[in-house]
Amino acid sequence: MVSSAAPQVSTPARVKADLKHTILSRMWKDKVARAALIGLFLLYFSALFADVLTPYGMEFNDPNVGNAPATLLHIHNDNGELCLPYVYPVKQENDPTTYRQTFSEIKTAKYPVKFLVKGESYKLLGLIPMDLHLFGVDSPARIYLLGADMNGRDNYSRLYFGAQKSLTIGFLGLFIAFPIGIFYGAMAGYIGGMADNLMMRFAEAVMSIPSFYLLIGLAAVLPLGMTSSQRFALITVILSFISWPGLARVIRGMVLSIREEEFVQAAKSVGMPEVTNIIKHVIPQTASYVVIAATLQVPNFILAESGLSLIGLGIQQPDASWGNMLKAAMDQPNELLSQPWLIAPGFLIFFTILCFNSIGDVLRDVLDPKLSGGR
Amino acid sequence: MSTPVYIFKRILQALPLLFLISLMAFTMLKLSPIDPLAAMRANPSVSQAAIQAEEERLGLNKPAPVQYAIWLTSTLQGNLGVSTTGGSVAIRLMQHAGNTLLLNVVTLFFTWLIALPAGVYAAVHRGKFLDKLFGLITAIGMSMPTFLLAFLFLMFALATHWLPIGGMTSSDFAERDTLSQILDIAYHLIIPVCVLTFVSLAGIQRQVRSNLLDVLRADYVRSARAKGLSEEVVIYKHALRNAINPLITLLGFEFAGLLSGAALTEMVLAYPGLGRLTLEGVLTKDMNLVMASIMLGAVMLITGNLVADLLLKFTDPRITVE
Repeated sequence: MVSSAAPQVSTPARVKADLKHTILSRMWKDKVARAALIGLFLLYFSALFADVLTPYGMEFNDPNVGNAPATLLHIHNDNGELCLPYVYPVKQENDPTTYRQTFSEIKTAKYPVKFLVKGESYKLLGLIPMDLHLFGVDSPARIYLLGADMNGRDNYSRLYFGAQKSLTIGFLGLFIAFPIGIFYGAMAGYIGGMADNLMMRFAEAVMSIPSFYLLIGLAAVLPLGMTSSQRFALITVILSFISWPGLARVIRGMVLSIREEEFVQAAKSVGMPEVTNIIKHVIPQTASYVVIAATLQVPNFILAESGLSLIGLGIQQPDASWGNMLKAAMDQPNELLSQPWLIAPGFLIFFTILCFNSIGDVLRDVLDPKLSGGR
Repeated sequence: MSTPVYIFKRILQALPLLFLISLMAFTMLKLSPIDPLAAMRANPSVSQAAIQAEEERLGLNKPAPVQYAIWLTSTLQGNLGVSTTGGSVAIRLMQHAGNTLLLNVVTLFFTWLIALPAGVYAAVHRGKFLDKLFGLITAIGMSMPTFLLAFLFLMFALATHWLPIGGMTSSDFAERDTLSQILDIAYHLIIPVCVLTFVSLAGIQRQVRSNLLDVLRADYVRSARAKGLSEEVVIYKHALRNAINPLITLLGFEFAGLLSGAALTEMVLAYPGLGRLTLEGVLTKDMNLVMASIMLGAVMLITGNLVADLLLKFTDPRITVE
């Protein structure tokens, strides 16, 4: 390696880069955090490329197979030898006495599972027109790996499209709630006096409404007949609205002690305007807390969205979200045993939250050893 | 400041807060596009006069500020008004809040009964097998959505028929004698209590463990050990008593969440609690009902914080309230 002759000077930028490097590498060294990072990468990757990875689009439906069980993958041919996987189309029958639907395979023709097939066209990342799907079968057979919902849509594909909503809402919520919370808290703490008092009373009032009631109350305010993206945006706003006061309160407390520090007072005494002073000197000091709080806040957003959609106030059909897919399980609890895949979205929510919590825990140990509480 | 004066001052401070909350909740409800009389209007056999009478009864034909004023004065007089579906809000609220309170108090009891010893054990035997096992269980508990756990329990109940599938009472509840009625409710409480206990256990066990670990490093614990005191006395008399403070704050929070914390679980398990009632109220724009339950939740939250502060003062004489 070629090294410069001059002694290395650690400029602020360099120190920052080193710090970033150590945080990431220390997290990567931790087995749990590494697994969680990989898990999250896979989840977001699947959501981003949902159109390619799934055999069917979000709104594709085949009314003939409503509530059909998971498609069976056959890997033995008629002679019992191993072969490439193939499926049979299914036929729905209604039992005239019990009114129960049964599904049976029509074993006249085999439909092999094909990889990288042409199917429904879509726009990759909303830009590139494509019609390639990772796998699929020819019509009229269907490959529904996790069964169909009551409208005959593929649960497996819809899990991917649901991930797009459920996973992004967490981050979008952060981008609204955190700037508000940080700036509100910082202003209140820095200005102090009567304004501080009033601002904090308002934050407390929002916090004193039980969050779930506030959530359903606000969701009911949404006008009917909105487009799905409008609804999505407004739900994000609602989730942010209930979560900023907690952050604002903590930031205020931190700012109250930071503003007494000498470097803030010094900047003030040489005539730096207050707002500049807050932005340049006070807020950066709260960074490590904010990063940790953000990681631990994402699960709350995801939970709140799925809770809202579960009771029918969140993302509406025909759009998929993990919460509104779970609604099927809540509406027909007696079918849980015969259609156990109904709770698959619940496991994905659990897994996502587990990843975020694990990363948050490790991040806390790395960034702020004081907070780790003897772990 | 003496305790009664302090309590009085806190209540005085809470009043403007409650006023602000009621104003926010009212505005929120009025903005909602739901029409509470939609079903009546859509029904051609209901006459215009009947609809007008209903509007009159619910006060819907007056301007919003007047409606708020009516609500405020009657609430201050202790009258919570009538629900859209008829009947007194106070009675409906009492029934459902009672059910929710029962569920959550039982949960609270079991949570602390398990979390406290488990946390102490984990801290004392830090790094041992059971500590790691508890660590794993609490990591799962902290990330587990209550509704997923509720679904899993429902599946278990469906598969084994050992437990009831949702609800709070059996269909023949009214014909049973008192003892059998109590047993029936207890039987129906098993699933919701298990779900909620498992989920809330995690946070408290971790808190107990980390507080105790902090305290066990303190100088006075070392002195106590050096004096030759037995390990039990050191842990239970010296360490645990000092680790209890943050837990009391936590208990205050839990108390605050007693009425609203279990809403989703209640809905998934078809438990007739306050969460479901409030949701119904919001969906039918039942103003008196929703206002009352939001205010009840807010009062619980404020009371919970006050109780926690008072308990702190009681358990730790070093703390003075101001």
